[in-house]
Amino acid sequence: MQADSARFPENVAAARRDETLLGALHRLQRDARAGRAETVSKLPEFEALRDAARDIRNGALANLAGNLERFEENVVANGGEVHWCRDAAEACAAVARICREAGAKTVAKGKSMVSEEIRLNAALIDAGFDTVETDLGEYVLQLRDETPSHIVIPAIHLTKDQFAETFRGAHDTLPEDRPLEEARAITDEARGALRDVFLRADVGITGANFLIAETGSVAIVTNEGNGDLAQSLPRTHVVVTGIEKALGTVEEALTLIRVLARSATGQEISAYTTFATGAKRADDAAGPENFHVVLVDNGRGDLLAGPKREILRCIRCGACQTVCPVYGAVGGHAYGAVYAGPVGSVLTPALSGLEKSKHLPEASSFCGACEGVCPVRIPLPRLLRMWREDAFQAHLGPKVLRWGLFAWSTLTAWPWAYRTAGAIGGRMLRLMAMGRGRLTRLPFAGKWTGGRDLPVPEGGTFVGKWHRRRGK
Amino acid sequence: MSAARDDILAKIRAANPGPAAEVAPGPIPARGRGGPAELRQRFYGGLDAAGVSHATVKARSEVGGEIERFLRELGAAGPVVASEDPMLDGCGLDRVAGLRRGVPDAGDAVSITGTVAGIAETGTLMVRSGPDIANALHFLTDTHVAVVDAGCIVGAYEDAFALLRAGGAPMPRNVTLITGPSRSSDIERILQIGVHGPRTLHVVVCDAGPAA
Repeated sequence: MQADSARFPENVAAARRDETLLGALHRLQRDARAGRAETVSKLPEFEALRDAARDIRNGALANLAGNLERFEENVVANGGEVHWCRDAAEACAAVARICREAGAKTVAKGKSMVSEEIRLNAALIDAGFDTVETDLGEYVLQLRDETPSHIVIPAIHLTKDQFAETFRGAHDTLPEDRPLEEARAITDEARGALRDVFLRADVGITGANFLIAETGSVAIVTNEGNGDLAQSLPRTHVVVTGIEKALGTVEEALTLIRVLARSATGQEISAYTTFATGAKRADDAAGPENFHVVLVDNGRGDLLAGPKREILRCIRCGACQTVCPVYGAVGGHAYGAVYAGPVGSVLTPALSGLEKSKHLPEASSFCGACEGVCPVRIPLPRLLRMWREDAFQAHLGPKVLRWGLFAWSTLTAWPWAYRTAGAIGGRMLRLMAMGRGRLTRLPFAGKWTGGRDLPVPEGGTFVGKWHRRRGK
Repeated sequence: MSAARDDILAKIRAANPGPAAEVAPGPIPARGRGGPAELRQRFYGGLDAAGVSHATVKARSEVGGEIERFLRELGAAGPVVASEDPMLDGCGLDRVAGLRRGVPDAGDAVSITGTVAGIAETGTLMVRSGPDIANALHFLTDTHVAVVDAGCIVGAYEDAFALLRAGGAPMPRNVTLITGPSRSSDIERILQIGVHGPRTLHVVVCDAGPAA
């Protein structure tokens, strides 16, 4: 499968033939729905918290410049440094420079979607740093040279056997006949292999779920503990994150934390929510001597100025992916983008251009399931519709759609013509069906009838019925 | 890089021409409110749900004995390291064989730390780093034993931060809300306990305050 949004239709066809993937997606969607419902039912205030979370994120975006300045001030006051980066290239260069100045050989990486977005691993490995992902899912993906297919369950597309096979190939100093059938054994092997990485790493890189202006703190929310080891053991801690993550206060973050895990994994709260504030203090027992925060814009400032700014409220819980019927039918890789599913179909055109990703806003039935679970109430279907409008304005859609819409809009401007054409069309379809009530093939709509029959209209037209009923 | 900083901030300011917005934190859930006995029961319930074992002792001096019992029954072997948190002074930790206090290293099997608070809302512990506590104590060992003062069992996350920041104390380098042992569902979404952090988390709640 190509990591290319322009190939979405081909990727979809391949995904639909992948029985393993389809099974995993089916189980994910079935279990996640039940899990979220159960957790939410235990918290009567959940809907009120979603409203508050939406308002907090809106407020944070409205105060973004001030929040970021205050955040920087407090990071510096606590012995850290903030690096501002307009795009992926500047961000990768900043992190590579920090690693060079730290005299680093090994870099232990915690999970960070922004680092995927800017392709940080490739940049650091090119610059000569042994860079290792330490989240269990991300680690196996790095070994397989794959990208995450879900924001919070990055290796959802892989089976246990694929984990085992990958580890057998990578950990070649371990006995070949060791048992790796159980998830427990695979997990323990990763724990052992990565423990060495944490202990020898010179730099630890994490993402951020929230930045807190009033204290200069960086909050990360995790379950495995790798992000905590990565920011406790190495001499240098680097945070790579997007500028939109800045909040005003710790209390704002705590409200968001109440909706984040419940939406992401169905947990009430993740195992570890850690606030890191600056570098090790002079009298601290241990901790990183150097603390850097790399703030990445990469298109976010432009999104903020436009009509789709609400997407910047996103707290990356992945709930919209988990419930989306399109994501559930094709998986994350088909999108050919860092962020899959509804949130990705809104973000990707902004990050890499609408022309290359014009298929993604089409990959929705507008069923609204995503908006229904979004913890910060992002109107995802409305934002997707905006991209469709932009694509139409930019003449990016197929010609047949353009002409079809032109013909339809012309006809609707002339009611008598519309009615006549409708009546003729209906009669023609009935004729073509030759009394069978359905069509197996239709000119100009081969893709539609390729997968199913088209039932032909029965009885008169709607307008005809309307008039008869009202006695006209 | 200051050119990038100016560009980014200018872009944000241009996108936000209005005045600063008022932001209010969200509601505190009812489960984070209640009297001490109620909060304590809810805290224990949260620990159970998160897969955390727990025991209660009457006095500080009994903490060491309880930890010794727990580690013996668990069959934990290997070096034990405890933080230098004054909260652990007078706890009778000398009852724990092979114990030292200070910074952990890779060979340690068990860590013992104090906590800032126990949080009833979700059975969560608040821990911190400092001159007396290396942050890795909470993450590096297979088994983590955390001591909670009953008087520091609070209702909501906000209450724990209020304790931490009482009297305007600055944020320590690290503050973590811990809910259960380390976990992952990355492999076919099968829950595994103990990925990088502790596989076992045990909480000892101490009824009385500091030993006289």
